[in-house]
Amino acid sequence: LKELGAKSSAFDPGEELTPYSAVTQYNNFYEFGTDKSDPYENAGSMQVDPWSVSVDGLVDRPGTYDLMDLIDFNALEERIYRLRCVEAWSMVIPWIGVPLSSVLNKIGVQSGAKYVRFETLNDRKQMPGVRWPVLDWPYVEGLRMDEAMNDLTLMAVGLYGKELPNQNGAPLRLVVPWKYGFKSIKSIVRISLTEKQPRTSWQKSAPQEYGFYSNVNPEVDHPRWSQARERRIGEFSRRKTLMFNGYGEWVADLYAGMDLAKYY
Amino acid sequence: MKVSVHHLRVWGKPLIFLLSLVPALWLVYHWYLAYGGLPHDLGFNPNETSNRFTGDWAIRFLLLSLAVTPFATVLRSPKPLLFRRMLGLYALFYAGLHVLSYIWLDMAFDWPELWADVLKRTYITVGMLAILFLLPLGVTSTKGWIKRMGAKRWQKLHKLVYLIGLLACVHFIMMRKGFQVEPLIYAGIFAALMLARLRKRRGKVRA
Repeated sequence: LKELGAKSSAFDPGEELTPYSAVTQYNNFYEFGTDKSDPYENAGSMQVDPWSVSVDGLVDRPGTYDLMDLIDFNALEERIYRLRCVEAWSMVIPWIGVPLSSVLNKIGVQSGAKYVRFETLNDRKQMPGVRWPVLDWPYVEGLRMDEAMNDLTLMAVGLYGKELPNQNGAPLRLVVPWKYGFKSIKSIVRISLTEKQPRTSWQKSAPQEYGFYSNVNPEVDHPRWSQARERRIGEFSRRKTLMFNGYGEWVADLYAGMDLAKYY
Repeated sequence: MKVSVHHLRVWGKPLIFLLSLVPALWLVYHWYLAYGGLPHDLGFNPNETSNRFTGDWAIRFLLLSLAVTPFATVLRSPKPLLFRRMLGLYALFYAGLHVLSYIWLDMAFDWPELWADVLKRTYITVGMLAILFLLPLGVTSTKGWIKRMGAKRWQKLHKLVYLIGLLACVHFIMMRKGFQVEPLIYAGIFAALMLARLRKRRGKVRA
């Protein structure tokens, strides 16, 4: 994997980083299988170079973009973020990328656009997991426009100073640190700006369990388990989960007046 | 060479006993390594690994014990029945480890939180019910209890194992995210073992 130059980190939580081995070998990427070790074992052969992303919907400059034309590799930043999985484990990861807002500004957001919809690669030949109907493929995620434009929202192309390994969503993935990990969609091949709220894969799979917002919230439990605590990978005892995963200072305003138990 | 009941008792039973213990020994050994900060095979989330590992073996032994009777029918020999109690007790043993793993590693013996979790989360309620029903079957598995209860009543009680199997399968399906195949394979095996019993019964009625 190629090394990437990046500006030093903003928003550093000052917590111990999760080891590279854990970050790259303990993953959920169901397109490569449902076991945590499956992505590491099966994703290696995915072709990520060249990579193109189709851009459509309410944008000024739709079309098919090469990765290099969508991301300014001279403006990369390192961002050390907590990652909180909906399964109640967590990590601290040094990502490399650019703010999503810079990508959206490049493609030109039209005034009617209220949401961003993302799609993951869906290729049976390269992804053994999509043979099983675990989810309604392709994997779809989405953000409200103000969430997408928030400073924290990152389009990542690397971690630990290098390009993203395939199992972590190479070559291009979203990182939304105040939401559960599954919102941070991997290996993106399509970005659409829409007026209507997109239906995400997990919403389709179990609407009573996975909402569109899926903000990290210790007070709103998953119907099948508590979200009050989490296990930081590498630690034996569990720690308390923070509201908005500790990023409330920057994102709580986005949800002012909303009932977060209803809009989970 | 014909395998006699005597051979099975003297060699077969200890062999199956030791083999069945291997997964538990593996788990304890790797926890010992992990606790000492040494390289181990429990992965990056040893607690999750323990929960799943013990649960997998509990349901495997449960299905194995349920497979004994149909197997004996196919062989037209009662010999497999020699192993049924041991396999059932191993199911209880691994189910016990499963509960211990959950109460110790996940709940850290926080009893109020544990009680709330058991009641609030349906899949845990279902799993706990399965264990609760399995317990009396383990206790009454001795010859003395068969005598005390009388064979008929004892058999009636032990039919509970069918309900336990169903609860275990439901518990497994419910704890996975999305539509996953692995728990359905176990449920399929359980359904096949139940069907084998139904067919045999219908055959009897006709005869």
